[in-house]
Amino acid sequence: MPLFERLYNFACWLTQDRHEAEDLVQETYVKALKGFASFQQGTNFRAWIFRILRNTFLTSKTGLQATATVSLEDESEEEILASAEHTPESILLARSDWQFVQQALTQLPVTHREVLLLCDVEDMSYAEISAALTIPMGTVMSRLSRARRALRIAIQGLRKE
Amino acid sequence: MDCETCQRKLDAYLDGELELTDAKLVADHLTTCPTCARSGLARVQQKRAISSAAAITFKPDPAFRARIEKSIGLAKPSPWGRGWLPLLATMIALLVASLFYLDLKRGHARDQQVLAELADQHVMTLASANPVDVVSTDRHTVKPWFEGKIPFSFNLPDLNNSGFELVGGKVAYLNGSPGAELIFGIRQHRISVFIFDSHAMETPVNASSFSSFNVRGWNQNGLWYLLIGDLNQQDSDKLRELLRQAA
Repeated sequence: MPLFERLYNFACWLTQDRHEAEDLVQETYVKALKGFASFQQGTNFRAWIFRILRNTFLTSKTGLQATATVSLEDESEEEILASAEHTPESILLARSDWQFVQQALTQLPVTHREVLLLCDVEDMSYAEISAALTIPMGTVMSRLSRARRALRIAIQGLRKE
Repeated sequence: MDCETCQRKLDAYLDGELELTDAKLVADHLTTCPTCARSGLARVQQKRAISSAAAITFKPDPAFRARIEKSIGLAKPSPWGRGWLPLLATMIALLVASLFYLDLKRGHARDQQVLAELADQHVMTLASANPVDVVSTDRHTVKPWFEGKIPFSFNLPDLNNSGFELVGGKVAYLNGSPGAELIFGIRQHRISVFIFDSHAMETPVNASSFSSFNVRGWNQNGLWYLLIGDLNQQDSDKLRELLRQAA
């Protein structure tokens, strides 16, 4: 099965629950097989199957709850600057900080978590992320920028605790 | 590039998403600005931290993999179950296709080897001071000359008004078997027609040219023919037809 482990890992990060992740992955493969005719040869298979998983998640109970609690932030395509009070150099990461990073990731809204995972874990291009999340490229960039800033703030908060 | 622009483009630069020109401007700025360089380093560290903290953090249970494979029909079929027939059919089809392909390859290689050998023979004949062993434009002289020298007999066409002439013939050998090499002429061109017993060469050469020579190969009445020369395609076909009609 193509991308099985990657999809499972992504599903776990989205749902935060292994059983739900298993259901999500299973439903994704069933939908992918049924809808394989809709996959356009020559387009990106990885983005296509991640999109199925993500859309399936959004319509699940957990997905609906997760997205309902996300604040309606400005997602205009204007590029944003890193806030001076949370400059990146102020949170230079040590190797031992990976637990903080994991914990901080779970605290992020799902829209931020998924874009970070697709970019930095799945190493997708902005175009692939745009296809997987069905959002414009400009939104991918602004959402990534906000997600990274939010993660830095979350890590700082965890360090202070 | 100023710091503000650099900071705005830094994420896209580190994600490998900037155009070449912009990427170079950011890279140049980073080498001269310690503040932006520190910011770049921190962002790289964050990218790596996310990657190592979240990549395959959750590994699927093998039982789950098996269950999902079964549910979507990817479970490995038993070799004795109903799945073995299509598998066997596929294997046989693959085997037949492979044998056919190998046979084609072998046939092609054999043709090339025979053509190379007979093309050399043709060139040697043309270059020789005594190109033929029997000199005659009369087919009734040439044909009897081969009797007793080769293990078969053949007929030659009447070339009157055809534009071709029979120059003569000699004994040739291929794969250890004796055969006839007949030399025909048309205008300034010389053509060799090799005739061997089909037992020595079973299949005709499947090529129309070799090494700038035009070539025609065919089997007829238990004999194997190969025509080779620097004449044009039309004349090659015409001589072949004359020989086929006479056979």
